[in-house]
Amino acid sequence: MPGLGASFGRGGATNFLEDLANSDCIVIEGSNMAECHPVGFQWVGEAKARGAKVIHIDPRFTRTSAIADLHVPLRIGTDIAFLGGLINYVLSNDLYFEEYVAAYTNAAALVREDFVDSEDLDGLFSGFDPETRTYDESSWQYETEEPPESAADDPAEAAEQRELDDDPSVRHSDQAQAAGSGGPPIPGKPKRDETLQHPRSVFQILKRHYARYTPEMVAEVCGIEPAVFEQVAQWVTDNSNRDRTTAWVYSVGWTQHSVGAQYIRTCSILQTLLGNIGRPGGGILALRGHASIQGSTDIPTLFNILPGYLPMPHALQHGSLEEYVADAAGKAGFWGNKRAYMTNLLKAWWGDAATAENDFAFDYLPKINGDHSSYRTIADMIEGKVSGYFLVGENPAVGHPNGRMNRFGLANLDWLVVRDLQLIESATFWKESPEIETGELAPETIGTEVFFMPAATHVEKDGTFTQTQRLLQWRDKAVEPPADARSDLWFFFHLGRILRARLADSTDPRDRPLLDLTWDYPLHGETQDPSADAVLREINGTGPDGRALSSYMQMKDDGSTSGGCWIYCGVYADEVNQAARRKPAKEQGAVASEWGWAWPLNRRMLYNRASADPDGRPWSERKKYVWWDEAAGEWTGLDTPDFEKHKRPDYVPPEGARAQDALAGTDPFVMQGDGKAWLFAPAGVVDGPLPTHYEPVESVAENALYKQQANPTVERIPGPWNRENPSMSEVFPFQVTTYRLTEHHTAGAMSRTLPYLSELQPEFFVEVSPELAELRGLTNGEFATLVSARTAIEAKVLVTERIRPIRLRGGQVVHQIGMPYHWSYSGLSTGDTANDLLGISLDPNTHIQEDKVSTADIVPGRRPRGPGLIDFVEEYRKRAGVQSGRVGLNGRDPVDADAGQGSKL
Amino acid sequence: MPGVKTWLESWPVYRQLTGSDPLGRGKAARSKATEATVSRTATADRVVKSVCPYCAVGCAQNVYVKDEKVVQIEGDPDSPISRGRLCPKGSASKQLVTSPSRVTTVKYRRPHGTEWEDLELDTAMEMIADRVLEARRKGWQDTDAEGRKLGRTMGIASLGGAALDNEENYLMKKLYSALGAVQIENQARI
Ligand code: SF4
Repeated sequence: MPGLGASFGRGGATNFLEDLANSDCIVIEGSNMAECHPVGFQWVGEAKARGAKVIHIDPRFTRTSAIADLHVPLRIGTDIAFLGGLINYVLSNDLYFEEYVAAYTNAAALVREDFVDSEDLDGLFSGFDPETRTYDESSWQYETEEPPESAADDPAEAAEQRELDDDPSVRHSDQAQAAGSGGPPIPGKPKRDETLQHPRSVFQILKRHYARYTPEMVAEVCGIEPAVFEQVAQWVTDNSNRDRTTAWVYSVGWTQHSVGAQYIRTCSILQTLLGNIGRPGGGILALRGHASIQGSTDIPTLFNILPGYLPMPHALQHGSLEEYVADAAGKAGFWGNKRAYMTNLLKAWWGDAATAENDFAFDYLPKINGDHSSYRTIADMIEGKVSGYFLVGENPAVGHPNGRMNRFGLANLDWLVVRDLQLIESATFWKESPEIETGELAPETIGTEVFFMPAATHVEKDGTFTQTQRLLQWRDKAVEPPADARSDLWFFFHLGRILRARLADSTDPRDRPLLDLTWDYPLHGETQDPSADAVLREINGTGPDGRALSSYMQMKDDGSTSGGCWIYCGVYADEVNQAARRKPAKEQGAVASEWGWAWPLNRRMLYNRASADPDGRPWSERKKYVWWDEAAGEWTGLDTPDFEKHKRPDYVPPEGARAQDALAGTDPFVMQGDGKAWLFAPAGVVDGPLPTHYEPVESVAENALYKQQANPTVERIPGPWNRENPSMSEVFPFQVTTYRLTEHHTAGAMSRTLPYLSELQPEFFVEVSPELAELRGLTNGEFATLVSARTAIEAKVLVTERIRPIRLRGGQVVHQIGMPYHWSYSGLSTGDTANDLLGISLDPNTHIQEDKVSTADIVPGRRPRGPGLIDFVEEYRKRAGVQSGRVGLNGRDPVDADAGQGSKL
Repeated sequence: MPGVKTWLESWPVYRQLTGSDPLGRGKAARSKATEATVSRTATADRVVKSVCPYCAVGCAQNVYVKDEKVVQIEGDPDSPISRGRLCPKGSASKQLVTSPSRVTTVKYRRPHGTEWEDLELDTAMEMIADRVLEARRKGWQDTDAEGRKLGRTMGIASLGGAALDNEENYLMKKLYSALGAVQIENQARI
């Protein structure tokens, strides 16, 4: 979520679903909301009934397009060009919200003299190192008021810190994601030119950067006629001002790209220029795909962050707690309190063993020093570098791109624990996977020991999910899980208990973190299920008196308070599980603040200070939301103000102020070091301070804007099991996109096993246009085979005008193929796995794969069976000039003799 | 002659002609079996508040329980977000619990084995604990090449689905970090 984090300071949806009803215009882009978030879509219907315009920008005509006033079928993978076109339209026609931009954004900030834009370097920014394919970001920084060194207590240390920031191993470990709550750190406050005329002001840089993104260029790159583009531009700008607001809705149609974070950045820039952030009916609504995706990043099981988006300590940078918080010392905004948040986490985990003398046990945390994300780990597994793997409700053999590579990873472990409701493909790969059929895998050669541990369903355990608008909702346990089925809470608590008992007498210092861990939760019932309520309370945190804290503002850095996740502090305020509140909607106002609990501090709309003008008055009566009440001396309104309650709008920080005191009464983006929304990101995004159009890694078209074809910093994981289709190859001439259906869920373990859902969508299909069907001789209802450098799969053909060929200027016709990705060989409804077709190349900010766009060939008929499949695909690779994809035993290197022995550890 | 009357009333046309439903689209057409039917939601022992586990809209659910079994799951009309609605997935979610192919006992596949075997839950937990300690030891790294402290193991990796509860994610990250495991990932990355 660095796209939102680096723009506004927090990686969460800015508004909430019900608030869409207040929109005057809704643009849904990179999302098929009607299909994938059907019940949330009722709020789009509500807005439409009140007269709002609804625009759907998507390569496919879908259930969402059917409801929209306008469907814009842009070519897959060209959203930055389209949105960049809108930015240019807004800037060159002076349609931006002037007072908003002047007061609440970094438009006036000056950027360093040595910054060079991608317009002048044919698609690269200054600071690019072709060898490591990473950027040194120092030239993107603001020109600061004072030399940056003087801001820190120890200038030498601060300088060294910045140098380390640019080390490739630090870059690759994705510190960008730490901006999920608390914008990226900046060395100091920028110099400003309030007239916005200075050539190095962000505003002028922005203007120059997008000047070539004209309607004609949009037509050439996206295949959208200038008249259609004008219509979108007109509706959006007509509905973005003091009286009116436009909302943007996106989901994985944006994130799953090699430039995914930059897609979101482009939208953030546009919505900021239009003054739509922090206002009712405006904002950017990130629709998460799973019950708790938001929760899984807030309290992450992610390698690079700790709860509350605190970065995981890095070996090069963070030898001590002091070094860990060095980038925050003396800073404005969130970073000023980093020490307190970290100390509270350490106290929550290590209790009395965490003292001021031992740096609050900071040393107990393991350190990262590179990319340890899941795809890198899969490649490591194939090389025998990983011994054991836990899969907890996840099915990479189907749900990840390049299933074959994932299954090879599983085949080279010593052991695998699968916790799920059903025998998913990731548990049965050793006996039933497609590679058994091709002969690349066999049970006798696979040494992986597999434990299938039955899990509890959502009604068989207590706990909270954090849904798409940062809202925590508590579930009560309805019944006990059957037989040996247990919750994941049970599993990990008891595994921890057993491990601690085993090591109880150990004197090895490496076991101290485990033995000193606070691991004492009330246990209930026959199965000794740990109390989720007690865990939630620990996450919330407690004060010196042992009572639950009610706000992270109460967290101290001296060890007197403790709390596991600072952004969730308040969910247990007043010793009440606030997430369990279910006051009926009819009994409260439209914001429904007493239904569940939203982070931070139950604020439902982020940055809502911006719904008032700099003086604290609503921008208009119609869009009134949060305002300054002079008589009461406080902020008030329909929602909890996302601002210090008593900070006056005319507050100016005194010299030397730090943390939140260093932000003015007109700085609504309280998590940013300068309190502003970032049109230009001087830090926090590793592939450029401004979004730039690049073609997808696998594209059939040439980049019309720059010589640089694709994102120069894209991450690749090369190997025979992850070959890439060359761009503009005649062998792989068609663009492919994957998507979901209402009736199924991701890798299918929770839907292909259910009779109702399997009956509703019984088989795997691909959507092609009548033109492509004719070109390739495909027949509706018959099989077709799709081929990439990874493998070949087959599916039933659905010929439909919902997918249309895109005609680019210059006459090139781009054919696109749509492919739902829910199927595999197990369950009630079976089929080939769409994801097997895709390769893995990653957004350098997020390590998220580009699976919304790739290339392939499609031919009529079924795919070859058995070993013939390998030869068939190898022939394609040869023709396309791609290296061989043949592998040795269990997917290992052909000469690797150890295969079948598990890991080499 | 009550017998004849009952017999007559069982005849839909008679009810159509004599009752309040001359078009035979409602009460008149209803059979005795339908009359006797009571919805599962009416006879449940209790209603438990829950949330749909599929997508991130987070529709609120009412779970109806009878004899300690889930008999029905409905949308909760009190929710300001979903207003009582559920999509096909949320409506089918009872089958997550009752699916005939759901596996509720431990399955074990030994190295190079060709079939699943059964295992007691407690035995499996102990075996997993053994393997965790061994993998942790094998992949342990005290320092990097330059002597900087790492204090971690590269022997253990984990991948969680994004339908994990916050409390579960929290305990996982806490335990893994204390063990020194860093390759901890989630579907949120995918
Ligand atoms: S019922 Fe449908 S829309 Fe609602 S949370 Fe479940 S999957 Fe999402």
